[in-house]
Amino acid sequence: MNDVAIEVKELTRRFGDFTAVDRISFDVRSGEVFGFLGANGAGKTTAIRMLIGLLEPTGGTARIAGHDIYSESEAIKQSIGYMSQRFSLYEDLTPRENIRLYGGIYGLTRQQIRERSDRVLARLGLAGVADDAVRRLPLGWRQKLAFSVALIHEPRIVFLDEPTSGVDPITRRQFWELIYEAAAAGTTVLVSTHYMDEAEYCDRISIMVSGRIAAIGAPADLKQQSGVDSIDELFVRLARPQSEKPA
Amino acid sequence: MSALRGLLQKEAFHILRDRRTLIVLIALPVVQVVLFGYAIRTDIDGVRLAVVDAAPDYATMALRDRFASAGVFRTVSVVARTADLEPLFQNGQAQQAIVFKPGFAADLARGEPAQILIITDATEPNTGSLLQAYAQAVIDGYQRELSASATSSGVRVSRLTITPDVRVRFNPTRASSNLFVPGLMAFVLTIVSSMMTAISLTREKETGTMEAMLVSPLRPLEIIVGKVAPYLAIGFVSAIAIVVEARLVFRVPLRGSLLLLLFEAALFILVSLSLGILVSARTSSQRLAMMAALLGTMLPNVLLSGFIFPVESMPWLLRILSNVVPGRWFVAIARGIMLKGVGLAYVWRETLILAVMAAVLLAASVHSFKERLE
Amino acid sequence: MRRILFLAQAEVLHIVRDRILVAQILVVPIVQLLILSNAATFQIRNTSIHVVDLDRTSTSRGLVSHLAASGHFQIVGTAPSLDAANEGLLAGTVTMVVVIPHDFEVSLVRTGVAPVELSVNGEKGSAAGIVQAYAARVLVDYAAELTARLRPGVLAAKAAVPIPVRGVPRIDVRVRGRYNPTLNYQHYMVPGILVALVTMIGTLLSAQNIAREKELGTLEQLNVTPIRRGEFITAKLLPFWALGLLELSLGLIVGKLVFDIPMVGSVLLLYGAAVVYLAVALGIGLWISTLVETQQQAMFVTFFIVIIYLLMSGLFTPIDSMAPWVQAVSQINPVRHFVTISRAILMKGAGPAAIVEPLSILAISAVVILTLAVRQYRKRLA
Repeated sequence: MNDVAIEVKELTRRFGDFTAVDRISFDVRSGEVFGFLGANGAGKTTAIRMLIGLLEPTGGTARIAGHDIYSESEAIKQSIGYMSQRFSLYEDLTPRENIRLYGGIYGLTRQQIRERSDRVLARLGLAGVADDAVRRLPLGWRQKLAFSVALIHEPRIVFLDEPTSGVDPITRRQFWELIYEAAAAGTTVLVSTHYMDEAEYCDRISIMVSGRIAAIGAPADLKQQSGVDSIDELFVRLARPQSEKPA
Repeated sequence: MSALRGLLQKEAFHILRDRRTLIVLIALPVVQVVLFGYAIRTDIDGVRLAVVDAAPDYATMALRDRFASAGVFRTVSVVARTADLEPLFQNGQAQQAIVFKPGFAADLARGEPAQILIITDATEPNTGSLLQAYAQAVIDGYQRELSASATSSGVRVSRLTITPDVRVRFNPTRASSNLFVPGLMAFVLTIVSSMMTAISLTREKETGTMEAMLVSPLRPLEIIVGKVAPYLAIGFVSAIAIVVEARLVFRVPLRGSLLLLLFEAALFILVSLSLGILVSARTSSQRLAMMAALLGTMLPNVLLSGFIFPVESMPWLLRILSNVVPGRWFVAIARGIMLKGVGLAYVWRETLILAVMAAVLLAASVHSFKERLE
Repeated sequence: MRRILFLAQAEVLHIVRDRILVAQILVVPIVQLLILSNAATFQIRNTSIHVVDLDRTSTSRGLVSHLAASGHFQIVGTAPSLDAANEGLLAGTVTMVVVIPHDFEVSLVRTGVAPVELSVNGEKGSAAGIVQAYAARVLVDYAAELTARLRPGVLAAKAAVPIPVRGVPRIDVRVRGRYNPTLNYQHYMVPGILVALVTMIGTLLSAQNIAREKELGTLEQLNVTPIRRGEFITAKLLPFWALGLLELSLGLIVGKLVFDIPMVGSVLLLYGAAVVYLAVALGIGLWISTLVETQQQAMFVTFFIVIIYLLMSGLFTPIDSMAPWVQAVSQINPVRHFVTISRAILMKGAGPAAIVEPLSILAISAVVILTLAVRQYRKRLA
């Protein structure tokens, strides 16, 4: 069971009449970088929020790091990290203070906090601004810092919800380097994005369309199966039945 | 002109669709008037009286009886020692106490001064004075009885008495609600107005239509009129509901013209809304705007408008400040029309001030919008 | 447990670095205190009255000068015309019209009794009542003075009837006011206003604070951590608890320095009560924050609720004057109880025994509202 970090079966979420997530099923193996693709509004964020314990599912089951998401959602939280679309760092605190806060909440000792703090700041090149309010940092640096803070307690799995939105291509590349480093260290990464080119960076991907998983597998395999050159093309093909272009 | 009509239609449509908010906007003032109308009063009744009567005799019993039947007092406790009073005062059980010196009747019979001590809780100074006056009046009444019976038995009284013949003009029932309710109307209308401002502000922010409107062919004045008009209508409906309530529930008299009152109410709402629009036009930070709107309208309207506390009692600085508070003028107008039955001839000054305020605020808003365009 | 400390530490940093917040804590309340204490008064100073003297005798003139000298009134008109006086009432320029009838002196001499008409302007409300009471007092004092001045013999001569002085039953009334010896309105209002300030801090700021985290998304981030609801709430509320007590201290200092408010009872007891009260105020703030999405909404809802609480708390108008059903409802108004406690301790020197009832109600309210609010706060949405 240690092999499968995330196990999802028929997971569903309805809001009144509207079904945001429609019986999705997938597995993520330990150490994988799993890309959760789909257009805006496809249901990616809703699905992630269910997995990390922010939203109760309407149906289906899921296990994170071996724990059931219904009955053991709090136990899951110690083993996971999360970075939301809004980065969610405290802007009026410094990078060091943010790290200290989350480190403390996750139960790290003061020494551990100090060590990891230094390490993160050095790795990101933030040592010089370690004591400036996060508000003053450029967007790219904040994003990378948020990622590191999400990993400060060295969780088994980290969930990233559109982490590269609104960031320039160079920073996006750097960010993906960080993701690879984390994966190499054994962390399972589930990252959602609407940038289809980022699919190439992942071990396996799934494409969500209107709440359902329309395709799942390694990027290369999917491209070959569908006879397309890019995931973007594949996505357009899958999404087309939904979008009626006026003549 | 048709652009304006289109805007009005859109706003009206939005408002009518949001039924919950509409109900809140109209029901809330009604609820508040009832709540506050029964809560904000200064009438004194059921005064909790304690009695220290160590040696009750016919005179003390007679006087105690007078107090009990005076209607204003309610004897809550009879104790033997003055020392027993302190805890009663401290926990508020007693508001006033009368202490008889033992041998009261005997002193009276001998023609010696028979002592009574009235102890009043004066934490609230005015209540203290009034309670003292009431108690004094009861005792005076008894004294007159004693003197009268002495007179009828042949003894002439040597004390002169000047009796006050009190008429309360414009408020014969002396119900304090007659006084507060007109002021309450102003307060509640202010709350409604600021709520409406807040609602339109949030709507603006959510839909981001402010910028869109600014670059449209609509002139700034038209935008403002378009935003204010629908809310003015809602406020007007609230005002009618409040007046009806004041009449039915609290029986506040309406001696003057209802039409004039409603007109003034509409004018007042216009002023409040204009203030809201101006605030929203000038401040970019939503948080600041809200705070300014709230602090700037609700609190001053409670305090400085004369709604509860008479403006004459305030120090001169605040009295001057109160002239800037629109509520102050409306309170005066409402009281005048409802209680005194005066017409425009008496309130033209206040009306003019409100009209000028509205004009100034609207002009400032137009100016601010023009600035934003540039 | 540690988590609470870490989060509380971060909270303190937020507070200290938020300039608007610091202003809200230090500046705004003081301004409110100063304005409120000066505005919220029913005190009568130099009330305008109009005296119509239809008698024009030495006796009536004596009464007029007594009224003038009493210090409460300012005689703005003495035209012996009832119409002019009425105009004054109608226009609202005078609060009272005193009419001395044309047979004032004659009545007093012949019958020993004479009426004086006091027409008070009812639209002035309680001012009217007070003014009338003052005037009545002047009448009584003047009558006593006249009695003392005119020797019994003189009176007898005028009345041509023998007057024995002894044997008349006489009640000697002494009056004593308890508490507020200087009859200072601000001494009465400030202890109550302190409650309003503390309430603002406790309820408004805590509601705003949590609403802001919701708005920014940092709340979501915290919800994903293993931190427990109880820990989160404690860490959030503790700093505001401290701030509330700080606010109370600030208010007391200003109250003492500027208004010289009495502090008859134990200030320590007041702080103790404040600790309990703040729990309620914070609980309400927390509960509000679970209902709203943005800071703006938090501000609005809080203001709204707090104003209602304040108006129904006996702070501005006495509880005893409220309709019975409203009085009953006000029992669940925590502001009411703390206002009572504050005034009791500061002005009456009340000890624990005297405030046990309102304090118990506050304690129970604290438990109830905090439980409700904590239950309402959910890390996971249904």
